[in-house]
Amino acid sequence: MDGEELTEQETALYDRQIRVWGADAQRRLSKSHILVCGLKGTVAEFCKNIVLAGVGSVTLVDDRVVTDESLPANFLILPHENHYNGKTLAEVCCDSLKEFNPMVDVAVETGDISTFGVEFFEKFDAVIISCCSLGKKKLINQKCRKLSKRVAFYTVECRGSCGEMFVDLQDYKYSKKKLEETIECQIEYPSFEEAISVPWRALPRRVSKLYFAMRVIEQFEDVEGRNPGETSIADRLGVLKLRKELCETNSLDESQIPDALLERLLTDTREFPPVCAIIGGILGQEVIKAISGKGDPLKNFFFFDAMDGKGLIEDISGPSTRS
Amino acid sequence: MVGAGGIGCELLKTLALSGFQDIHIIDMDTIEVSNLNRQFLFRQSHVGQSKAKVARDAVLRFRPNISITPYHANVKESRFNVDFFKEFDVVLNGLDNLDARRHVNRLCLAADIPLVESGTTGFLGQVTVHLKGKTECYECQPKPAPKTYPVCTITSTPSKFVHCIVWAKDLLFAKLFGDKNQENDLNVRSSDTANSSEHSEDVFECRKDEDIERYGRRIYDHVFGHNIEVALSNEETWKNRNKPRPIYSKDVLPEKQTKENGNKEKGCAADDVSAMVSLSLKNPQDIWSLVENSRVFLEALRLFFLKREKDIGNLTFDKDDQLAVEFVTAAANIRASSFGIPLHSLFEAKGIAGNIVHAVATTNAIIAGLIVIEAIKVLQKDNNNYRMTYCLEHPSRKLLLMPVEPYEPNRSCYVCSETPVSLEVNTQRSKLRDFVEKIIKAKLGMNFPLIMQGASILYEVGEDLEEDMVAIYAANLEKALSELPSPVTSGSVLTVEDLQQEFSCSINIKHREEFDEEKEPDGMLLSGWVEAPVDKDNNKPIGNDESTSNALPSGETLEGEKDDEIQETSEVVEAFTGKKRKLSEVSEVTAPDPSGPSSINQNKPKKLDIDDEADELIISDDWESLTKKKKL
Repeated sequence: MDGEELTEQETALYDRQIRVWGADAQRRLSKSHILVCGLKGTVAEFCKNIVLAGVGSVTLVDDRVVTDESLPANFLILPHENHYNGKTLAEVCCDSLKEFNPMVDVAVETGDISTFGVEFFEKFDAVIISCCSLGKKKLINQKCRKLSKRVAFYTVECRGSCGEMFVDLQDYKYSKKKLEETIECQIEYPSFEEAISVPWRALPRRVSKLYFAMRVIEQFEDVEGRNPGETSIADRLGVLKLRKELCETNSLDESQIPDALLERLLTDTREFPPVCAIIGGILGQEVIKAISGKGDPLKNFFFFDAMDGKGLIEDISGPSTRS
Repeated sequence: MVGAGGIGCELLKTLALSGFQDIHIIDMDTIEVSNLNRQFLFRQSHVGQSKAKVARDAVLRFRPNISITPYHANVKESRFNVDFFKEFDVVLNGLDNLDARRHVNRLCLAADIPLVESGTTGFLGQVTVHLKGKTECYECQPKPAPKTYPVCTITSTPSKFVHCIVWAKDLLFAKLFGDKNQENDLNVRSSDTANSSEHSEDVFECRKDEDIERYGRRIYDHVFGHNIEVALSNEETWKNRNKPRPIYSKDVLPEKQTKENGNKEKGCAADDVSAMVSLSLKNPQDIWSLVENSRVFLEALRLFFLKREKDIGNLTFDKDDQLAVEFVTAAANIRASSFGIPLHSLFEAKGIAGNIVHAVATTNAIIAGLIVIEAIKVLQKDNNNYRMTYCLEHPSRKLLLMPVEPYEPNRSCYVCSETPVSLEVNTQRSKLRDFVEKIIKAKLGMNFPLIMQGASILYEVGEDLEEDMVAIYAANLEKALSELPSPVTSGSVLTVEDLQQEFSCSINIKHREEFDEEKEPDGMLLSGWVEAPVDKDNNKPIGNDESTSNALPSGETLEGEKDDEIQETSEVVEAFTGKKRKLSEVSEVTAPDPSGPSSINQNKPKKLDIDDEADELIISDDWESLTKKKKL
């Protein structure tokens, strides 16, 4: 471990968290590289969490220019015009994030990552995307899967009082201690595309209704060519029609995707800060687990609905990858 | 908000983003380096400044138009009285100690203001909502007090490392570097009490013209050699226990070696003085050998006398005092070695001695989000939807965040239901002082008590008391209960009040002659105030860590520290035993089946399926194996 010991500065700063996950895990975190794309409130929370945790670097991608609309749930943007005037979301968030932990390298990458090649993604240990279309999610996920090393892939979306998170760790092996013994664990994850292709009827009976509702809206945006998050209550009829079609194709009763739930998702389209904090926190924990190799990662969807207060894990995978 | 630390920073940020416009925040602490891994509103440059004030400034940067009023103060101060609390719509706690939580609970009850409580430890967290008359108050379910250990376990028969730490910190360190006038149990329980108590006065004092090296070895030999031999001479003690072995410095560190260590001080300031640096021991996660621990012991002692002479006689253990931590670690390890207990690294020892709570940013962020959701419901008077939420490390029935309906108030709660408690005590032996310190303050959580029997005031604390009354009360403290001006005997009923908390409690007194020294070291037994079962060493509600006082109570019990295993707490499990009635069960016509989760109540599980052993051992064992690197 020579030359790889934590510095005195790191030991002092990270003392309280080293007591949670150990010095070894902390070392692994400090060598990791994270790519983050789509900087709304939830992802801002996530970035804050991993910067504090002491990852090696965070690369931010979001070329959208900061407007008043970006402000509400994103505490990384200071609302003074000369602070953000003309800058992109990535640039503004980068400046703020650096302050949280000078030992973490925070940088901006411009461009559409769907066009980037394999060499780009290979630099990273984990990729997190948000606010992007179905097509882009699938594409980026595939790029991660084609690499020689494993790159963990995550997506998050929050709408109003609900949030969804997806994890793909591909073929994940890790060890843990159980009663004096070390056990080797292995979990196989489906890609996003594989997961959402699992016929609805094949899923366990009590799967969260939020899963289906999010898929309906996702499909709607895809079919109608909408920007992610743009679907609103004005689209209610269109969305309900699509729900009917999807349910018929999947032999699922329409009551499994209640009107009230869809309407909530279509009405509160903006992020709700407490939900951003919750989803950003869970996502942070998951990425830390995957990078440090410590702790059971969740498979493969996480849902939160402030209405019932449940934070729920759903395993949406085909028979070959069902754990 | 009460607390601007781990939960506080996340909470203030989320409140501001969620549209709250008028926030007051109380916190007595200043910022430390170890806070910066999660209290993200603070920077390195803020170390030493008030948490409440810096948090406010940081949040105003991204929400300049809201009002945040900071108080760098202790929430127990008299200005934070019931009238103060009445000004607010909701109170949100982000505290780290039981004492303050109980205090705020009582004030919120008195002011009839809703309270949202919370706590986190590592990956675990919880949020609870408390409304007077509608839900349990914070004290309706018993909260375990900090672990204490019987004196003899600490002084004579340690079996765990934590016992060695308490010995090293509260006895040896206190004896050598603390207030000389303080009672100290360091030499009790030897078979030759009379001789040793006189002898001990000489032993721990440095003699005139005595070489510091010699003094150090003399102390070493006395506590690790002589005292152990004396303890061994009492055969009874060791009948069913493994015998310790005495350790003498000449056997561990032959004279020549220590002289080589000599002069590595590089003219550093008193604050930076460190035995580890002096001995080139770099890694706080290493477990030192007996030889290394002995070197650290002697070197730390030497450095205290050489570089920090002024402090000697005034010191209490402070986890941020490097030299103190080094000394305590070394002393505890040598004692552990003697008793066949596994040694620990400085990192681990510091955590135990300093009662350090392990903490990460993500759990605090999640809990803060959950708090705000409940706070909004409180403002909307959404009475049917309040929830308690548990944040789990391992999912239970797919749930990582588990909502539970709040329970009705506990009709036997002595805080919110004004039920009397009972006290068994030897009224002829126990003094009023013991009663006040150990029962009224420590157990019942009152800070400024007024004690009455009928119309007679036995004791009170206050600012406007007349001098002669103050004298009477002072005299009363030293009297046995039965000798008080208004004698307290079996059958007496005492009324105790804390005017600031606006909290009143009746205590029924029952005389009892004998108490078990080991099980009831206080010589008093309180019932009706139910203490949670202490079957595991670390049964604290999530997020309660610090013992609030460093000083030992006069000799009878010693405050214990956090066990070095990290365990799930009992409180989470308690919530799911389904014994108390939940709000929903009151309003529903048919009572749900209590024997298991029914299809109606599938989102309100009655039993928590925690695979206890697996959960407990995963983090702690792994962590230990990562940090145990023995040097050759």
